[in-house]
Amino acid sequence: MKHLSGTAPLVRFILRRDRLVLPAWVAALTIVPATTLSAFAELYPTDAAVETAARAFSSNPAFRAMFGPVFEANLGSLTAWRASIVLVIVGVATLLTVIRHTRVEEETGRRELLGSTVVGRHAPLTAALIVAVGANALLAMLVASGLAAQGQPIAGSVAFGMSMAGVGIVFAAVGAFAAQITEGAGGARAIGLSVLGLAYVLRAAGDAGGDGLTWLSWLSPIGWANRMRPFASEQWWVLGLLLGLAGLVTVAAFSLSARRDIGGGVIAPRPGPAEATSFAGTPLGLAWRIHRGLLVGWAAGFAVLGSIYGGVAEGVGDLLKDNPELLDIFERLGGGADTIIDLYLAGVMGVLGLIAAAYAVQASLRMRVEEESQRLEPVLATSVGRTRWMAGHLLLALGGPALALSAAGLAVGVTYGAVSGDLAGQVPRVLGAALAQLPAVWVLAGVAVALFGLLPRLSSLAWAGYGAVLFITLIGALLRLGQWFNGISPFNHLPNLPGGEAAITPFVALTGIGALLVASGVIGLGRRDIG
Amino acid sequence: MSTAISISSLVKTFGSVRALDGLDMTVATGEVHGFLGPNGAGKTTTLRILLGLLRADAGEVTLLGGHPWEDATELHRRLAYVPGDVTLWPNLTGGEVIDLLGRLRGGLDPKRRADLLERFDLDPTKKGRAYSKGNRQKVALIAALASDVELLLLDEPTAGLDPLMEATFRDLITVESHNGRTVLLASHILSEVEALCDRVSIVRDGRIVETGTLAELRHLTRTSVEVELIGSVHRLAGIAGVNDLQVDGTTARFAVDADAIDEVLRHLTEIGVRSLFSRPPTLEELFLRHYRHDPSSR
Repeated sequence: MKHLSGTAPLVRFILRRDRLVLPAWVAALTIVPATTLSAFAELYPTDAAVETAARAFSSNPAFRAMFGPVFEANLGSLTAWRASIVLVIVGVATLLTVIRHTRVEEETGRRELLGSTVVGRHAPLTAALIVAVGANALLAMLVASGLAAQGQPIAGSVAFGMSMAGVGIVFAAVGAFAAQITEGAGGARAIGLSVLGLAYVLRAAGDAGGDGLTWLSWLSPIGWANRMRPFASEQWWVLGLLLGLAGLVTVAAFSLSARRDIGGGVIAPRPGPAEATSFAGTPLGLAWRIHRGLLVGWAAGFAVLGSIYGGVAEGVGDLLKDNPELLDIFERLGGGADTIIDLYLAGVMGVLGLIAAAYAVQASLRMRVEEESQRLEPVLATSVGRTRWMAGHLLLALGGPALALSAAGLAVGVTYGAVSGDLAGQVPRVLGAALAQLPAVWVLAGVAVALFGLLPRLSSLAWAGYGAVLFITLIGALLRLGQWFNGISPFNHLPNLPGGEAAITPFVALTGIGALLVASGVIGLGRRDIG
Repeated sequence: MSTAISISSLVKTFGSVRALDGLDMTVATGEVHGFLGPNGAGKTTTLRILLGLLRADAGEVTLLGGHPWEDATELHRRLAYVPGDVTLWPNLTGGEVIDLLGRLRGGLDPKRRADLLERFDLDPTKKGRAYSKGNRQKVALIAALASDVELLLLDEPTAGLDPLMEATFRDLITVESHNGRTVLLASHILSEVEALCDRVSIVRDGRIVETGTLAELRHLTRTSVEVELIGSVHRLAGIAGVNDLQVDGTTARFAVDADAIDEVLRHLTEIGVRSLFSRPPTLEELFLRHYRHDPSSR
């Protein structure tokens, strides 16, 4: 037990440091299912309305890919289905919390300061995990009470809360494991988020791709959480899978932690070049080195994501074969199996756009990271002006998401085109549809850039803006607050592509808004104090 | 003699904190100027304004004949800066950072770079996160010294260096000074300033409280005297200009005001001197004189 001494004060210390962030994400994640339920209750007041909605939702492959299957035609089940985006968000939040209190502390050297006091070697990791598990347990209780308070069955409410906590705890363990691998926190985050991304894609592919592929969903912890079937004859044993996996990964993390040096990783660092290449001696070259890892990681992730989405697209058409009634509807709308696949692809593009926006915000905020870590100061003390420095970062923060979306668009186009035997036809239109997301992505990047230039201390509010856009895009329509509310999300102004009418106005307007925001950030940085 | 830096009535506030409160300072071209003050006195804020990173709230600042905010990029070709707290990019090697900063400034001398790497005994192939504090400092120093510039702005440049490297740094600055470069050295290491600087400005609470050559500053304070007397030691007590008198047998220790030395010596020879030892005030004493009498201030 001597390896654990000091855990209790460390737990208090983490809670003190996270006194704003932790309650914020727990509260946000509590509100989403509760609001979804009340919106659905108002939208579908009768059993018949619920029945119709459930059938419509579960036969729409884009919805299946985004949210998973609807298991039963009742309000609770519909809520659990539509609010399932919280499963991803709880994973991200918990993962980042654990890495922030483990690897980040080591990288900055603060862990060393603590390590010299009476703190056992496993205490920091244990403390971070205790906080993460505690936050998820609290979240499960709050979510369950939020649903039960609105008259939903207790069992289903508890199951949904626990499914969220289960995913959170799995990714707490994944975070703990990833934090042992690399010396840099960036690398640990990349590993953890890749695992999360893979879990999401496997579930999406499994749920959208027809009966033959449902086994894919069973490879994903997020798929397991769905399959606890809250409000649809709960399968409690699936919770055991989640907790079991979390336990195994935690044990692995601790055994790695016991073997390595503090500050070191499992992957040893290699010496680098003694001299810079001629490209590196330019502001753009420096920006490239700062963004390179991020860009390569996101582009590769998007390519994998795209090829899985594209690979199951053909199977989506099979849904119609089993459902002549639905085929009839689509034929009357002037399409057939192609229309439903386009509907699915358009949904996929929407998801890719939302994810790319997260990358855009992250990349834009790199400028603030550079400033806060005081690496900007020596650069601006050379003959590089502020605007020139910023130009390099902007090129990568705005161009990076374009590249990532292209990678995803190409991957979807090539895999779907290859399966459907229409490579030449599908690749350009699917790639075009992916790139059509860009103007909305740039608006969010613009928000981050404007905050950085004008209100640098509040830069991280860009993430709150991103969260709001995510919520409005995915859940907003249910709240029926009116067009103005849904219109806050730039993504709600984009046409449905491929398949829809590609009107030019929203592209021009959104790109214009993005450009204005970026310009205000550039002007703001030119006028303000640095540091 | 032309002026490299001229600052008058400089004011900078952060919220309710007045970091610089009417600061005046002049650095002549070619001199090594010590900028002395404890933590939080306003040294780094002044340097950041000189670099155009912060905008002055009031006052006049001229740097190498230009305006630090308006002409920042042109001026930066002619100066090099070493920050007090060096952070490096975790995924770039020290060698890459040296080249990067040098090139962004407008080029660096590869021969000089190699020479400095050797003198500072730095491994340029390590990644930023692997360097210790002292080695990060060396990276910034080499990047600055390898460039051919007119002015060096150094903010506590030897923090974290070992004594050997500190000596190397002093040698290098002495050579730079002989080559006609201007150096503004912000520091609180008094021996370093004493060894290197032609003139010194002491800053306190955002204001310069003393400025001049070390010789001039010494005139402002007291000389320590230790004397063994033949006659009665107690005759010293009444003499004007003798302060902090301590008597130990026939030996007396005291401090003499600069303008009373002649008078005090006359009295001493009257009493009869067996041995006398006198020491000019150290910079430390000068420094403490300005900080001691108000312990409540920062």
